Amino acid sequence: MNGAHDMGGQRDMGPLEYEKNEPVFHAPWEARVYALTRAMRAWGKWNLDADRHALERLPPADYLRMSYYERWFHRLARQVVEYGLVSKEEFDSGMANPGSTKVTPSMTLATVPDWLSRGIPSSEDPNVRPRFTVHQRVRARHINPSGHTRLPRYARGKAGVIVRDHGVYLFPDSNAHFQGETRQHVYSVRFAATELWGDDASPRDSVHLDLWDDYLERA
Amino acid sequence: MVERARVPSDLTLRVKSLESLLVEKGLVDPVVLDALIDTMEHKVGPRNGARVVARAWMDPVYKQRLLENAPAAIAELGYTSGQGEHTLVVENTARVHNLVVCTLCSCYPWPVLGLPPVWYKSAPYRSRAVIDPRGILREFGTQLPDDVEVRVWDSTAELRYLVLPERPAGTELMNEEQLASLITRDAMVGVAKVTLPTSRGNP
Repeated sequence: MNGAHDMGGQRDMGPLEYEKNEPVFHAPWEARVYALTRAMRAWGKWNLDADRHALERLPPADYLRMSYYERWFHRLARQVVEYGLVSKEEFDSGMANPGSTKVTPSMTLATVPDWLSRGIPSSEDPNVRPRFTVHQRVRARHINPSGHTRLPRYARGKAGVIVRDHGVYLFPDSNAHFQGETRQHVYSVRFAATELWGDDASPRDSVHLDLWDDYLERA
Repeated sequence: MVERARVPSDLTLRVKSLESLLVEKGLVDPVVLDALIDTMEHKVGPRNGARVVARAWMDPVYKQRLLENAPAAIAELGYTSGQGEHTLVVENTARVHNLVVCTLCSCYPWPVLGLPPVWYKSAPYRSRAVIDPRGILREFGTQLPDDVEVRVWDSTAELRYLVLPERPAGTELMNEEQLASLITRDAMVGVAKVTLPTSRGNP
């Protein structure tokens, strides 16, 4: 989706704001939103790609105005209603509907370490064949999908070289929309800065992106 | 911080309301929330990454393992939590400087660096790191000569990047613990170099 989140290459976003000795969370509500988000993921109603896409679906003006955990709050508020864990009336009132059943939390104190160490699946699968090889010259496809994608606009249509095959990972464009768990090879692709940004860029510099098979074509 | 000043004042109440509803329905346990927060505030963070880097500076064999199989080498020091199992370590040298960004969201190597700082997740950094990495470095007080190659790593998939900074001159007699105390989060993201305390500048 060509959203506000896909901001690589813009120059007008203002100065960096650096905070010395920055705390992990700036307010108790930020910590609670972080923890609620982690704990609610344990219900398995949405996957990591859907989670990312839910942030991208915030209206662009809101996305840019909101702080990081404010975005997370609005995402979680939407998810718990959309996925039917909480009714709209319950969310608005902040109280459970009379007669609604009480469940048992999916994440317990005993399972926290397990949830925290749980990562993404193995990237090794000999049954999934790579379409490209290391040192091969490729071009990022010129696509503009209406749904989730991890191919940023600034690389589309640009040519680069594969420097590493990372193994196989779930294809986010379909997984984010629950359209099947397709696994594809992901490659580190080196793009010359001059290819991405033109002749004003430093001729030595480069940007590496990690790109799925379906994002690439032969150059 | 301008960004936080814009946060609506009722957010504290709205988050409390959502939490109490989710607790009432049995969807979350508040004790679990406390444990998750405690982990991110006290158990993970850039001190973990600094220990990994210091070990790599002291032990060339460990460094080789770290560059070839970072998850296994990092796990040797006891850091294994999620978002890091597909970590790659990229090495800064006199000729190459690496810089890490996530232009699309906020991907970051949690087990070794903890949660990312606000600037890393902010629009100014995410937008400019790929098009003007040398400008970003200058803002952090790092001026790179033209003949140094800058490699930016945009974390667009499930790989997470940790920069192995250059060991500064004058640290030959330091032990691992002393070295670790010099190594900053910013140096492991690649926006700064590791410097000795006497010459360390503030960004």
